[in-house]
Amino acid sequence: MKERQVTVHNFPPHSALRSFTHSLFRSLIMLTNYIKIAWKVLLRHPFYTFITLFGISLTLTVLMVLTSFLDHLVGTHYPEMKRDRSLYLMLMVQRDSAHTGRSSGPMSFKFLTNYAKTLKTPERVTIFSAFNSSNAYVGSQKIKLKTKFTDADFWQVMDFKFLEGKPYNEQNIANGDYVVVITDDFRKQYFSDATESVIGKDVDIENIHYKVIGVVKGSPVTRPVTCADVYFPYTAPKSNYQRDGMRGGFMSILLARDKSDLPAINEEFQSRISQIPLPGVENGYKYTTLEVKSEPYAENFIGQIIDGGPGLKAILFGVIGFILFMLLGLPAINLVNVNVSRIMERGSEIGVRKAFGAPVRTLVWQFIIENIFITFIGGAIALLLTSIVIYFINSSGWIAYADLTINLSVFLISILVCLIFGFLSGVLPALRMSKLTIAEALKS
Amino acid sequence: MIHLQNIEKVYRTSTIETLALNNINLNIRKGEFVSIMGPSGCGKSTLLNVMGLLDEPSKGTVEIDGQAVTQYRDKELAQLRNQKIGFIFQSFHLINDLSVLDNVEIPLLYRSANGRPRQEYAKDALMKVGLSNRMKHFPKQLSGGQKQRVAIARAIVGNPDIILADEPTGNLDSAMGNEIMNILQQLNNDGATIVMVTHDEQMAKRTHRLVRLFDGTQVL
Repeated sequence: MKERQVTVHNFPPHSALRSFTHSLFRSLIMLTNYIKIAWKVLLRHPFYTFITLFGISLTLTVLMVLTSFLDHLVGTHYPEMKRDRSLYLMLMVQRDSAHTGRSSGPMSFKFLTNYAKTLKTPERVTIFSAFNSSNAYVGSQKIKLKTKFTDADFWQVMDFKFLEGKPYNEQNIANGDYVVVITDDFRKQYFSDATESVIGKDVDIENIHYKVIGVVKGSPVTRPVTCADVYFPYTAPKSNYQRDGMRGGFMSILLARDKSDLPAINEEFQSRISQIPLPGVENGYKYTTLEVKSEPYAENFIGQIIDGGPGLKAILFGVIGFILFMLLGLPAINLVNVNVSRIMERGSEIGVRKAFGAPVRTLVWQFIIENIFITFIGGAIALLLTSIVIYFINSSGWIAYADLTINLSVFLISILVCLIFGFLSGVLPALRMSKLTIAEALKS
Repeated sequence: MIHLQNIEKVYRTSTIETLALNNINLNIRKGEFVSIMGPSGCGKSTLLNVMGLLDEPSKGTVEIDGQAVTQYRDKELAQLRNQKIGFIFQSFHLINDLSVLDNVEIPLLYRSANGRPRQEYAKDALMKVGLSNRMKHFPKQLSGGQKQRVAIARAIVGNPDIILADEPTGNLDSAMGNEIMNILQQLNNDGATIVMVTHDEQMAKRTHRLVRLFDGTQVL
């Protein structure tokens, strides 16, 4: 028997940098090896792969479309580009002494002029009506319109894009001019010749002639504060701006100079409200408490849903919980199951790797990385599907002026959720696999 | 090189207890080529697994190159296997999704070697077993003999002191089996300590020493 010269193929590092480079290079090689295997495993079982990728990409797509829609509803978008520094006064709630009944709705122009317009802390305050319905006629054809009465500040607080003309100003309002701002959609419907300017032309709405002073790009119906086809000065007929009492058809936005001013504005407004003498009577309804919230748009939006009472709240959270479970729970359980069988059928590979020196931890990481790789493929498919769905929603006319976008943060959060899936669904089977002895693994 | 003392291996289920190895004492010296024989189910593979740290004995101590491994944790055992032991299995256990070269590189993946030398070592190992022209092939494209040669290349690529072969010729015809045996003898001549489980008396005769098992007990 000969003595043997043993050369172990290790590379002792000569410096920290070299050591770092070596370990980085080694990690890259391992990663390539894992990804190569993950890719092959994907190809090996097309049906499993389809189920896995279908689960991941469908979950991500639904999540992304939903969050994109939510962002479309409550995020800062055209023409409400200053939502982040605005407080919305949408509703007055009056309750009786027994708290058994309540009366709620928008406010009167006078009330908002007295209690909101005169505030000192906001940069600007606008008062506008909820949208109303009117009709206009082109020949014998009826056009159903959404109309809105606003003050001049409305155009400063909002960032409408004027395609032609300009907004009405304080002077137009003071003069009681019969002027309107219309949307491009209404222009197209009402004026047949789209190439010619319509500024100065007349529109006939409910048998009253108004002069077009400006044309804006419209706002989607999902933004009720700004959505309308025609905008009138609040002094125009049928606005009821001179109505007495606290309730009416108007709402208001308090625009802050800076986001940080919002608490001070809220405080000033609430202090004004608290000075209103109680109890009072409104349209024969005796109330003892009165509430007008001044809050950011998202809070107001969610508040309106939740304010429907404890029953509605429970249903809402129940539905949200169920949807989240369906969206996140089921694909996760499915992924875990698919991964368990996928990993356990690779017992021989696990055995070989362990036999040749792979510690359990390294193998667990291998399977986690494989799952993360698959998740990324699912994410890429989901991105494509979401783009298609969003393009379809935006261009279908289902919501006029819809401007859904793939929000980067939405995408990143969705990917993160899927990575957590990938991680968990990789860890559980990998840990189960790690309990196998090498001999058992090799037998499988 | 390998020292087994009072080794016992018991497999337990809820209803039955099977004594697979009973009081085995075995000392394998450096550079030896030892074969283990015995009827099916007598514990040959179990003994090889215990030697190769692939399975834990129920009792007794295992020493590899002077290191008692009883208290070793998973990471240390993995490192010891990686540095000291190469395995050859009857059913090859190649990873079908990886090329021949990638399969051979596996032991080096778990060492601090960088990419290029690793490939060089894998190519060298394949050259030693006469398969340098099949590096880019996949296991499914190879014959049984070729697969076993890839498995041998994988076992020797890390230059381990010990090679444990579990019926390396069991799935091959006699010509192919002889070829594999020639390679193992050559490795032994180059200094490797080899322990081989076999059913084949002719193959066993080509080794230095024969260990015989019967019902888990060493009879020779």
